[in-house]
Amino acid sequence: MASAGELINRGAETRARPSGRSRLWRWWYTSESLRGYALLAPTLMFMVFMLLVALTSLVAQSFMTNAGANAEFTLDNYAAIFAPNGDIFRILLLRSLWMSVLITVCVVLFCYPIAYLLAFHVKRHKVFWLIVITIPFWTSYLLRVFSWKVILQQEGVLNSVMLWLGVIDAPLNTLLHNRSAVIVTLTHAWAAFAILPIYVSLEKIDRSWLEASIDLGDSFWRRFLRVTLPLSMPGVLGATLLLFIRNVGDFVTPALVGGVSGTMLGNIIVSLFTDMANEPLVAAVSIFMMLSLTAVACLFVLLIGGRKRLRGVT
Amino acid sequence: MNVSEPMIAIESVSKLFGSVRAVDDVSLDIARNEFFAILGASGSGKTTLLRILAGFEIPTTGEIFVDGESVAEVLPNRRPTNMVFQSYAIFPHLNVAENIGYGLLNKGLSKTEIASEVDQMLQMIRLHGYGSRAAHQLSGGERQRVALARALVCKPKVLLLDEPLGALDKKLREEMQFELRQLQRLVGITFVFVTHDQEEALTMADWIAVMSKGKIIQVDTPSRLYERPKAREVAEFIGNINLLPGTVRHIDGHVVVDAGKIGEFQVPLGDRVVSPGDTVTLAVRPEKLTLRSERPGSGFNALRGRLTAESYAGDRSFYLVEVPELGKEIKVVDLNEASSADRAAVSGDDQVWVAWPVESGLLLTG
Amino acid sequence: MMRQGKIRGLVPVILGIYIFILYGPVLLLPLFSFNDNIYMTFPIRDLTLKWYGQMIEEKAMITALWASVKVTAAIASTIFGFMSAKAMVTYKIVGKGYVLALIMVPLVVPSIILGASLLSFFRQFLDVELTLWTVALAYTLISTPFSLLVIMARLEGFDRSLEEASADLGMSAWQTFRRVTLPLAMPGVLASLLLSFMVSFDEFMLAFFLSSNQATLPVYMYGLLRFPDFLPAILALGSCILVVSVALISTAEWLRRGQDKTLH
Repeated sequence: MASAGELINRGAETRARPSGRSRLWRWWYTSESLRGYALLAPTLMFMVFMLLVALTSLVAQSFMTNAGANAEFTLDNYAAIFAPNGDIFRILLLRSLWMSVLITVCVVLFCYPIAYLLAFHVKRHKVFWLIVITIPFWTSYLLRVFSWKVILQQEGVLNSVMLWLGVIDAPLNTLLHNRSAVIVTLTHAWAAFAILPIYVSLEKIDRSWLEASIDLGDSFWRRFLRVTLPLSMPGVLGATLLLFIRNVGDFVTPALVGGVSGTMLGNIIVSLFTDMANEPLVAAVSIFMMLSLTAVACLFVLLIGGRKRLRGVT
Repeated sequence: MNVSEPMIAIESVSKLFGSVRAVDDVSLDIARNEFFAILGASGSGKTTLLRILAGFEIPTTGEIFVDGESVAEVLPNRRPTNMVFQSYAIFPHLNVAENIGYGLLNKGLSKTEIASEVDQMLQMIRLHGYGSRAAHQLSGGERQRVALARALVCKPKVLLLDEPLGALDKKLREEMQFELRQLQRLVGITFVFVTHDQEEALTMADWIAVMSKGKIIQVDTPSRLYERPKAREVAEFIGNINLLPGTVRHIDGHVVVDAGKIGEFQVPLGDRVVSPGDTVTLAVRPEKLTLRSERPGSGFNALRGRLTAESYAGDRSFYLVEVPELGKEIKVVDLNEASSADRAAVSGDDQVWVAWPVESGLLLTG
Repeated sequence: MMRQGKIRGLVPVILGIYIFILYGPVLLLPLFSFNDNIYMTFPIRDLTLKWYGQMIEEKAMITALWASVKVTAAIASTIFGFMSAKAMVTYKIVGKGYVLALIMVPLVVPSIILGASLLSFFRQFLDVELTLWTVALAYTLISTPFSLLVIMARLEGFDRSLEEASADLGMSAWQTFRRVTLPLAMPGVLASLLLSFMVSFDEFMLAFFLSSNQATLPVYMYGLLRFPDFLPAILALGSCILVVSVALISTAEWLRRGQDKTLH
């Protein structure tokens, strides 16, 4: 066998030297980040473009008069919101924020036990149940709101069932067109969704922590409060934030089942748009809503984060 | 084609990832029709080197030639090399025949031609009739053979293998070691494989390059690597070995090494270059040692210790001898021959002498 | 331990009640769409299919028109989602968390704000006509996060050496994509298409703001919901939508999960 292994000195002339690739070529083929970002670029550009630019024009438009092409700079829109006779905006904002909080709390209270059951007490076909529970969320939102209207209205399902059972003598007309109807409807609408993040974070809890707790002699409630609840918080908080933000601006539900007392900020924005065609004011109110939302959300996150630091090691 | 030209010539190749030198100025020649192993622990750079050969990494500096052509900046799909991956990378959505014929799709062959090539390959890897099997129906060993066939059907000049036997169980591994050798002889091309298992390398390869921390420490045949390791790292990596640190006293025929409290030993110089005062390591393989009840005569080195463990294995026994001054135990492997008069009838906890012929010792620098 | 046993026995019951509460209101719609009565009360007396007949006459055209817009948006968002998912799964990207968060933003922002801001952008500053295509852009914006999530879930277990093997065997980057990456990601791609379609299908707010005079299906439905005479026809329509969406989502889920074995 010809000797090999050690470096054998061959004349340089016997081998073809490469022409050499450009630095750009080398950079492209050796840099992972570069190729990754190149692939991401179209999506990122699209997103950034739509979101940033749209947001900027919203802000800009909120400072303009309602004169189309001849619009000028003005603070009137914001003045209208903070003026004494613009208290409708402030009232509706507070009402929307408060209702959204209620809805979020109801959803979590409703979903958490079911997610808990699914994570800890269902042994087989977890995925199947999860899918079954989540499907309603993907059906038409409009229709789900509408079905609650059907149930709660004066000549609706709930009334006719109660009449037939003899629970009441005459149909109630107080079930619909109020705040509670909005809360019930939106809670039902979001229930199918919120289960997912809560279930995921419950499922992720390391069972050995729970077993350790049992070993230490903890009762069910102690175990729950010391281990399960804190560890499932990330999922719960994520769902909470998402729900809260999306519900504040809801329009369809209050419009269909809210009546007058259940009107929310979204309704007035839409009526400004359709009935009064006052787009700058729409922009201003939207920004108003967005800023309040962000403030509340940040407050919430800080509150939770602060608590954690105070708790220290549990 | 110049037959005396190496098939693969690696010249001063380095690969940096950020500030980490995965491959540090490696130069290596691999001859034609050779079964070559690159051996090293994880992190030694061996896999990076293989990937550079395959084209999945571009060397930061240096040149690579395959059969005379420069390939350092050639993309993997244009190189005359093919690779068998550690996970085999069988395409899950294609059946066996489609997997094997995959590399032929681009070569302008007709469907019948591809089918006959695939068939020939299936015969060669002894999986005849498996053509329409789905990928997930294959066992580990079958997958490996399909991966081999898929690579070889493209008739590469070099076959690269990444830890080819790592995923197989012991029995299968031994079978495949034999089969791979056969295959290489049959196909007649250069095989380069990467492994961390020194036994695998010693069994299969014609030549082995030992790598550590990105550099090549020694390139040699398996027997020379075992008998004559050049560096401490190689000695420790390949097989079992006992190491005695010391300094050079003087050189007179043999090198006399002062190992402190343990004593003085003689060791052949070999091709080393040392001067008095140098720090060296004296290395000796366990099977070169014998246990004695008395200090042996000249021609032998000996040290004293206490027998702490003994394990009988039929034709030989394994012993551990504790030498307190050394700080660790000496491993001894001794054949169970009843006729040896010098051998001690030793049993647990006895004080014994461990002896070896002077010529069996190895001098390692560092 | 006794308590565990008791709970375990109750589990199917509790789950059953929960599902009844979730599905109940929704299932009323198909139930009443067969009712020969304008008012939705119990007890149901006569069954009829005439509402379905009425629906088909009037709604077919609008639905068809808007289907094409939603399909375009679904395709666009799937392409975006696929490229982003592939980039994030395959390459080591600096700031991956931020990129992910950015792409997820449309999920979190209330649709009203999205609608109003896009409206102001298109009308006030670009002075572009509000057409089907402005709506399509908005739909793409909100469905891309879903596409990304679905496809990323599918690509997560992807063995990178499959693509390397394909390259090693002589395929160019495009061929590797066509022969290896795409076929293996196909369930995710299909799921993404279906999901994006569903998301834009039901999206009311954006369509409301961004389509000037052409009614979209949700807007149309919303308009009709206020008038009881048209109610039963709406119910028929709604039931069809219900069935179709459940079928689509189930298919998407099955595709996404059912073929996991091909990745190992």
